[in-house]
Amino acid sequence: MASGSFAAQPETTAWTRLMVNRNWLGFWFMVPTMIFLLFFLAWPLILGMWMSMTDMRIGRGGVFIGLENYQYLLEDRDFLNATGFTLAYTAVASVVKFAVGLYLAILLNNHMPLKAFIRAIVLIPFIVPTVLSAVAFWWIFDTQFSIFTWLLQKAGFLAKGQYINWLGDPFLAQCSVIFANIWRGIPFIAITLLAGLQTVSPSLYEAATLDGASGWQRFRFVTYPLLTPIIAVVMTFSVLFTFTDFQLIWAMTRGGPVNATQLMATLSYQRGILGGRLGEGAAIATAMVPFLLAAIMISWFGLQRRKWQQGESND
Amino acid sequence: MASVQIADVRKAYGSTQVIHGVDIDIEDGEFVILVGPSGCGKSTLLRMIAGLENISGGEIRIGPRVVNDVPPKERDIAMVFQNYALYPHMTVADNMAFSMKLRKAPKEEIADRVGKAAAILGLEKLLDRYPRQLSGGQRQRVAMGRAIVRDPQVFLFDEPLSNLDAKLRVQMRTEIKELHQRLKTTTVYVTHDQIEAMTMADKIVVMHDGIVEQMGAPLDLYDRPANLFVAAFIGSPSMNLLNGTITPAGFETEGGVVWPIGTHPADSNGKAAVLGIRPEHIQLDDNGLKAEVVVVEPMGSETQVVVRCGGQSLTCVFRERITAKPGELIGITPDTNVTHLFDAGTGKSLAA
Ligand SMILES: Nc1ncnc2c1ncn2[C@@H]1O[C@H](COP(=O)(O)OP(=O)(O)OP(=O)(O)O)[C@@H](O)[C@H]1O
Ligand SMILES: [Mg+2]
Repeated sequence: MASGSFAAQPETTAWTRLMVNRNWLGFWFMVPTMIFLLFFLAWPLILGMWMSMTDMRIGRGGVFIGLENYQYLLEDRDFLNATGFTLAYTAVASVVKFAVGLYLAILLNNHMPLKAFIRAIVLIPFIVPTVLSAVAFWWIFDTQFSIFTWLLQKAGFLAKGQYINWLGDPFLAQCSVIFANIWRGIPFIAITLLAGLQTVSPSLYEAATLDGASGWQRFRFVTYPLLTPIIAVVMTFSVLFTFTDFQLIWAMTRGGPVNATQLMATLSYQRGILGGRLGEGAAIATAMVPFLLAAIMISWFGLQRRKWQQGESND
Repeated sequence: MASVQIADVRKAYGSTQVIHGVDIDIEDGEFVILVGPSGCGKSTLLRMIAGLENISGGEIRIGPRVVNDVPPKERDIAMVFQNYALYPHMTVADNMAFSMKLRKAPKEEIADRVGKAAAILGLEKLLDRYPRQLSGGQRQRVAMGRAIVRDPQVFLFDEPLSNLDAKLRVQMRTEIKELHQRLKTTTVYVTHDQIEAMTMADKIVVMHDGIVEQMGAPLDLYDRPANLFVAAFIGSPSMNLLNGTITPAGFETEGGVVWPIGTHPADSNGKAAVLGIRPEHIQLDDNGLKAEVVVVEPMGSETQVVVRCGGQSLTCVFRERITAKPGELIGITPDTNVTHLFDAGTGKSLAA
């Protein structure tokens, strides 16, 4: 702002100017939110990072030890396995959730009898509290009473009296928790993509049909490109939620057997809260940040408005 | 190019019939316009030709082939939608090239055809833009370009000009007509604007409540409307319709006013009927019927006057300038060569 002209008037102090200037006015309105965010988001994050550089334990303040926790973690097999499994868990679950979610969304976008009812059913996994569904999966994957085992026995793939140790075998346990996560995550993706699909004007499909496009080509050249912005948003959220998942694992396996299903979040909780080594737990949690940042950056660049979208300068 | 034959075509959505047996013959290269009030089934009929709606009864042929069960992409037709339906994520060039790309046409051929279509429509400078960066008229042209590139058997237009302002509409009207004269592709064009229909069509099909009221050349419909609906629908300002009875002296309306008429239809004495007189077919005549001036609307080249005569309002269009004030009496007389008589009950024309 041209402050020179203001300075000529003795009664306007710098302070009153700050209070009435339009540019600053916007700032004042943002102050409450900024304080709120600083206090509840930035402060815990910074505190966590600081803790990760101390040897703090429960009930005893720590001393600053620099990156020692991280050095230790880099040689810790459990941590490395947890990181690897977290990445695999996120990758596999996100890809499957996306594929099935998109398929369901397209299916639900068609005319079919009982449409409203089916849409409501699809939402169920999303509505049920996580812990409740985890307990249900605990039963579904129970060694003796598993419905899958029962089905396999009925279908003749498994002899009677033979059991599968779903959550006891490391690899099967990993598959089981991924399956549970997928089951729980699909509705969010399906319903969001369905909302996106419904914004596509039907006459575009008709135009494409007349232009000679087959069903697959209509999807590939019309639906999919028009859906990319919403796909980017929904997949970012999905990846973030999956990567930081805690409840499902904790309720189903507590990271077992032998840490096979340990995610970074559960490991951090186990070491920091249950094990009492707050510094180390904080270091594990902080180690998740770079991965999350990377995911956000990728989607941020992916999310940038396409040229054809409304609302950007004409260039 | 191809002819289109529509034979006894019907359409029902569930139990509601919306098209009740329509027969239309469209010749190769003809420009046919479907007009009618909103909801009369014009779009439905067009979409059945395109294959976007299935046909509940009857038969549609494109060229020699019955297309009832032919999927849209094999009918070789191109359609321009009312909202244009341009692909928002494709540039103008890609929008126009889409159908050819799907057909895996060679790149040079695509570039060639798109370039030619763009030149015809004056879109050369806009080829790299996205639809949202275009004005309404430009979008409309791109939609036409997409159809032209296809070089289809038949063009279908569904109210392509209804989103444009009045001036642009007149301009695009001329452009579409020129385009048709140049390409000579069979065209079916839907509108509810009778002026559009009169000015552009080789043949007009007037539809009403799912049936064809009349079809023919624009001036045929104007000169010889087959019924009251067509009489009122075609022409602007629309035809004056007076209720009364046919008497030996002429046509008597209430209040004992007797209008002169040309030929008396056979056996029509004492018959209740409707007399139709176009506003432009009424002349000033001091010896004519006395009419009270209600409103005078000078338009420059002509003057539109609303008068009351025998208790009924009439609109007249005079070439002369009228100095009469509202409330004054003027003498008017119809041109009896071009008056129309309709049966009061059936609405059918009484002309032989
Ligand atoms: N999907 C549908 N289900 C039931 N009735 C329908 C459906 N689509 C159209 N109709 C009915 O069919 C009739 C004809 O509709 P159509 O869209 O062909 O009218 P139109 O002549 O194109 O009118 P406009 O000039 O307003 O576009 C209307 O009465 C409409 O209510
Ligand atoms: Mg319509």
